[in-house]
Amino acid sequence: MKYTEDHEWLSLEGDIVTVGITEYAATQLGDVVFVELPEVETQIARGDEIVVIESVKAASDIVAPLDGEIVEINEALVDNPALVNDDPTGAAWFFKVKIDDPSVLDEYMDEEDYKDHIGE
Amino acid sequence: MADSVDKDLNTLPLAGLHAELGAKFVPFAGWSMPVQYGDGVMAEHLWTRQKAGLFDVSHMGQVRLPKTALAALEGLIPADLIGLPEGRQRYGVFTNDTGGVLDDLMIAHRAGDVLLVVNAARHAHDLAHLSAHVAGVEPVGDRALLALQGPMAQAVLAPLVAGVAEMRFMDVAVCTWQGGALWISRSGYTGEDGFEISVPVDHAQAFARALLADARVAPIGLGARDSLRLEAGLPLYGQEMDETISPIEAGQAWSIGRARRAGGDRAGGFPGAGVILDQLSHGAPRRRVGLCPEGRAPMRAGVPLFADAQGGAPVGVITSGGFGPSVGAPIAIGLIDAATPAQAPIFGELRGKRLLARQVPLPFVPPGYKR
Repeated sequence: MKYTEDHEWLSLEGDIVTVGITEYAATQLGDVVFVELPEVETQIARGDEIVVIESVKAASDIVAPLDGEIVEINEALVDNPALVNDDPTGAAWFFKVKIDDPSVLDEYMDEEDYKDHIGE
Repeated sequence: MADSVDKDLNTLPLAGLHAELGAKFVPFAGWSMPVQYGDGVMAEHLWTRQKAGLFDVSHMGQVRLPKTALAALEGLIPADLIGLPEGRQRYGVFTNDTGGVLDDLMIAHRAGDVLLVVNAARHAHDLAHLSAHVAGVEPVGDRALLALQGPMAQAVLAPLVAGVAEMRFMDVAVCTWQGGALWISRSGYTGEDGFEISVPVDHAQAFARALLADARVAPIGLGARDSLRLEAGLPLYGQEMDETISPIEAGQAWSIGRARRAGGDRAGGFPGAGVILDQLSHGAPRRRVGLCPEGRAPMRAGVPLFADAQGGAPVGVITSGGFGPSVGAPIAIGLIDAATPAQAPIFGELRGKRLLARQVPLPFVPPGYKR
């Protein structure tokens, strides 16, 4: 598992990366009430705002951590946004993206660095 | 917590208790305020609707005036204050010369004086405004203000404080708790039954702990206070009302007493009376509207509103919006052109897309006031 400074987690299997947000991010957001996901087959570029996530408190965006193509989205989140609070690193994954070059994950943090990043 | 000790912010007398209870603090109107505790805004909101929530609203301004000031106050506020019976409280607004609102407040007529409760962000402004027009203005500096809100509020408070069960909505009374004088009103900002309790600072912590010792009481932060008042359709100064929005436009015409309206015994006589009484008779250019956005996306303050799914100029704007935990869906209050038909669909523009919102009557939840 890799982590971004924006509190996303990335899990690589073959050339497919599954993306979600960390427990820390879910706690900071508070009760999630709305999730908008990109469409399958969307080409994404790193830095694009591709997910809208709103809690009772505020709206925020999730930016694409990688270049690639969306191959699957988690429709369950749209119907049940509270999943993000219940199981952020499991059932509440956001989307899967097919990437060309898995080595781009190397620049992201491992778990230990991420824990330092959030001050744990 | 670092954000609770910002030197530029005022600190609540009970800040230590809030920290002990797990509060997360945010700056609000110059104060460091608990925005939520451990369980979060949603749980706190629902708890208040089902049981009893304890809010610390000591940031709000408490101001005493002599009883003789009620007549002078009518020169600033278009409410019937001379007709306000002793032991009762009334809602009112300070108006300006153009018919806008300088602040909204509660006015309590008590046995020995008049007590005002004003918004924290407007406290200094209101003191200057009052002092320029009313004699004997006395800010209250040695009291905390707690609100106990929810259907179980009376059951919690009555065993501790004699006399509160007999109070009706908007009654005020002075009661004693452990030698301290509690200034109590049966009112609040959640749409639920409940009490607002002004307590001497040196009794505040013990009193708050006595309430929290009851298993039916949980501490509730500013986050749920906002979602509760939004569901209750209650205005927030700076959002539903400001110096450019009249009380008629903001849906607060009910607060203008019959005696202060055209044909009344003391018609007019407050700033902006010409504009406001004309709007009462002939209609205001804009009106407040309750909105239920379709789908799950919240429409928050500032979202522009349109009459059509495409094209056209905005007909209004969301003044407050978010997710209503008891409604289980997004809700909003907006200000729209009065010409917009009452049944017409409204579209809020979110991230470049126009999404449908239905106009609905306010409030979003039935009030629990004990009248």
